[in-house]
Amino acid sequence: MEKPERTEVVLLACGSFNPITNMHLRLFELARDYMNSTGKYKVVKGIISPVGDAYKKKGLIPAHHRVIMAELATKTSGWVEVDTWESLQKEWVETVKVLRHHQEKLEARSCNQQQNSPVLEKPGRKRKWAEQRQNSTQKKLLEPNTKGVPQVKLLCGADLLESFGVPNLWKSEDIAHIVADHGLICVTRAGSDAQKLIYESDVLWRHRRNIHLVHEWVPNDISSTRIRRALRRGQSIRYLVPDLVQEYIEEHSLYSAESEDRNLGATLAPLQRNAAEAPS
Amino acid sequence: MKNRIPVVLLACGSFNPITNMHLRLFEVARDHLHQTGMYQVIEGIISPVNDNYGKKDLVPSHHRVAMARLALQTSDWIRVDSWESEQTQWMETVKVLRHHQSQLLRSATRVEGPDSGKTPSDTAAAPELKLLCGADVLKTFQTPNLWKDSHIQEIVEKFGLVCVSRVGHDPKGYILGSPILCKYQHNIHLAREPVLNEMSATYVRRALGQGQSVKYLLPDSVIAYIKDHGLYVTDSSQKGRSIQKNKGKTS
Repeated sequence: MEKPERTEVVLLACGSFNPITNMHLRLFELARDYMNSTGKYKVVKGIISPVGDAYKKKGLIPAHHRVIMAELATKTSGWVEVDTWESLQKEWVETVKVLRHHQEKLEARSCNQQQNSPVLEKPGRKRKWAEQRQNSTQKKLLEPNTKGVPQVKLLCGADLLESFGVPNLWKSEDIAHIVADHGLICVTRAGSDAQKLIYESDVLWRHRRNIHLVHEWVPNDISSTRIRRALRRGQSIRYLVPDLVQEYIEEHSLYSAESEDRNLGATLAPLQRNAAEAPS
Repeated sequence: MKNRIPVVLLACGSFNPITNMHLRLFEVARDHLHQTGMYQVIEGIISPVNDNYGKKDLVPSHHRVAMARLALQTSDWIRVDSWESEQTQWMETVKVLRHHQSQLLRSATRVEGPDSGKTPSDTAAAPELKLLCGADVLKTFQTPNLWKDSHIQEIVEKFGLVCVSRVGHDPKGYILGSPILCKYQHNIHLAREPVLNEMSATYVRRALGQGQSVKYLLPDSVIAYIKDHGLYVTDSSQKGRSIQKNKGKTS
């Protein structure tokens, strides 16, 4: 059924997942349906990458809990999985580096497979990819000469696009690399400002073809913040997160007024790092 | 929880199919009633509407009942009741309430016999039956010819309403706009869904018809049932009932 020339895509979602909710899981479903419906892409995998504790976000509970919850939540999914690499790093890792890590992992795997399978591409293509990353253009990405290795794209909600404008949260070259080398799939509310944000940013505009806006026609705002608030107030979160996640939260009494004060007064890792590195 | 008034919540509707949002109504309503300190919710009942309701796209009730039953497998306080769907014709919501009220009274008197380990105060009071609905139902009370005034009055006077509204909606306005609702507003409980999630059964049916994923919008067991029985594929509207148009389209 699938045409062979479709580009294979891996969707990577970075975030706190504190805790994971049905909304996060819906992002994957919506994005996959959309990408597959373009006829150009075939989504082969989804990866959830919970941020490390060094991110220092207020209320962020330890990564091992967040990872376990994400694993419980994806137990019934045939294509979305959890990756702990980012969460296991000692220091906070920029999103572009997480994307790069997963892209390289896929390339390495494909190289290994080549040794066993005669049909696939020539050796040395890994270097080609490295070069491509250096001076990649839209054109190359739209017609990737990397058949066989899926492209890792960043999956996000509209809030991530909006956060590009927050001073010191993102390095501008990182934003450029994300949209130029990888691509963005952004699930947005109908009538959101996403298009305007892209239009108003030169770098996003230049790579607009590598930014896929998926419209979510039904508002779904099961944010983790709201989940934690409901938990603090003793309100039910049933049917907003998978049952197994709810049970895990209860068993370990994960979210409380105390946990909400974790990292209170701390500076968010990207703000600290980028402010320090910013040219005066 | 002593001296609290026991409450049973009844939700009437198409449940075509049941979604996580229907299940959320119960959770939010129960939290709200408990937080008043006056009530103890002891049971929730889902009553899928009769096939003769005549709504477009309505799949046969045995499927809707089966899906609700699957969705409720993991709930320890909500159950599905097929009585309404098994009647020979569609009936007004107030009559469904009357039926369940009489069932509750009957079982309350049954418990009063030999002591089954319950305290006397538990058995003395029969639970109050309240209609659980979304804020949109309050709005439909104003639609001409949809509801009989006497029925609205009986619902809010004899039973009571628990109405769950979404962020950004103003159910107070609907109450103030209606003399009957105003008069009995002490019997109308407004609960607020703290999380915005407007996913509806209509949306789910459309997504299913278009072959899109509905995972995480309804329980996996329900999705599997829909697939197994080929429900809500395109043209399921033709399979639906077009037998009769009811004047009262309430559910």
